[in-house]
Order: sequence, then structure tokens, then C-alpha cells
Amino acid sequence: MEHTLILSAILFSTGLLTIIIKRNAIMVLMGIELMLNAANLNLIVFNRNSPGVLSGQFFSLFVIVVAVCEAAVGLAIVLRVYQYYQTAVPNEVNELKE
Amino acid sequence: MSILSITLYGFEALAGLSAVGILFVKNVFHAALLLIVCLLALAGIFVLYNAEFIAVTQILIYAGGVLVLIIFGVMLTSRITGRQLFIENQYVFGASFISLFLATLLIMLFSEQKFYQEASTAEVPPHNSINQIGISMMSDYALVFEVSGILLLAALLGAAVTASSFNIKKQ
Repeated sequence: MEHTLILSAILFSTGLLTIIIKRNAIMVLMGIELMLNAANLNLIVFNRNSPGVLSGQFFSLFVIVVAVCEAAVGLAIVLRVYQYYQTAVPNEVNELKE
Repeated sequence: MSILSITLYGFEALAGLSAVGILFVKNVFHAALLLIVCLLALAGIFVLYNAEFIAVTQILIYAGGVLVLIIFGVMLTSRITGRQLFIENQYVFGASFISLFLATLLIMLFSEQKFYQEASTAEVPPHNSINQIGISMMSDYALVFEVSGILLLAALLGAAVTASSFNIKKQ
């Protein structure tokens, strides 16, 4: 059980590192997915402690729902920014108005 | 060592290695494929932790939906022949310091604290969790269920309106 928690710590910090170092907006979204999945893994592992209670599994279901919404809206914004600025690098998008 | 724990270790090694591999590949498309491998391995871990419904949801939604979206995004935002597919890194030293620090902190926390009792994890009764999930989705968690439906609808509409070129043509 502890090794699964350690795996989730590794996944979380890998997601954080991906978000910071990659110069591409889609890689940033993939890092967010990794971090959310690390949190999900923790919820599932802790839910095994209390058999008969399913709160952890429900929480991870709703985390998955919110992650799907975030991915859809985020990718739509990335596509729109790419159409306008012709770049997918988050640092180069530094003005809100034309 | 039973066959179950060997399978668990295998899935964990697969998930960890593919997640670390995302950091080192240069191609966005390869990173998306590695993310699929990582999410499927996580679904296998969920099955071994008695969460079959979450595992099936993970496979259907992540590997079937989100990753297809991400691959569409990769193909629409990068010129296939150009250099856009290859990405470079920034702030490597500071970011690796921060995330190594965070990983060490979390691993120390997880290995020192005892979050569970050995006795209760030893015998997990075989229960039909999908049945229970279906019943409590309609009774205890009905409000959250409806709210997440509304959230999904709003996100779908927002994504469609944001990505379409409807606004540009009117101006």
C-alpha cells in the first residue's frame, strides 16, 4: 500500500515538473491530467481502508468529471489562442487585447 | 509474493516509468502516447484496489475521450512538417529542484505516517461495489450527480462556442 502512495507522490511531482518546464500549452494540460490522476490514486488507495464505504470512489468519479471539463475547455482555449497568435507557447501570449 | 502483488508492482512500474518518460521525450505526440500508457496502468492499479467501476470509467473517459481530444489538439496546433512538434524546456534547474523537494517531502510523509490499520486491509470482503455505487448515486449523491451533469453541459457548450469560428465571421 505504501508503494502505491509513493507512486502517487512521483506522479504528482512529475506532473508539476511537466507544467513548469515544457514550452507547449498542450504539455501543460497533460501535466494537469497527471496531477489529477495522482490525487485520484490516493483517493482509491485510502478508500480501501474502510470496506463498505464508497466515499473515496465517489470523490474520484467527480474528480474525473471535473478533469474532463477542464481538458475540453482548456483545449478549446489553446486552439483559439493558436489561431490568433500562431503559437502554442504560453510565455509568448502576453496580451489580452489586439 | 503472490501473483496479485507481482501484478500490482508491474502496473506501478509501468505507470511511473511512462510518467517520467513524458519529461524526456521531445515530441508532443509521443508524450501523448506515453500518457495513454500511464493512464491505462493506473486503471489496472484501480482494479487491484477493488475499484472496478472507477477503472472502467478511467479507461472509457481518459483513454477514449481526453486523449483523443489531446491528440486532436496536437494535430491542430502543430505543423506536421515543421519544427512545431518538437518542444524545448525552460527553467529546468529550478523546476527540478522544486519538484524533487516536493517528491521527497511527500515520500517522507507517506513512509513515516501510518494512515491505515493492518487488520482492516488484510480482509477486504468481496462486495458488489458497482451495485452500491448505482444505488447511492441515485440516493445519497443525487445532488452532486445532477450538479456534475450541469457542469458537463456548461463545459461542452463553452468549449464548442470557444473553439468555433462563429464570432469571427460576424465581425
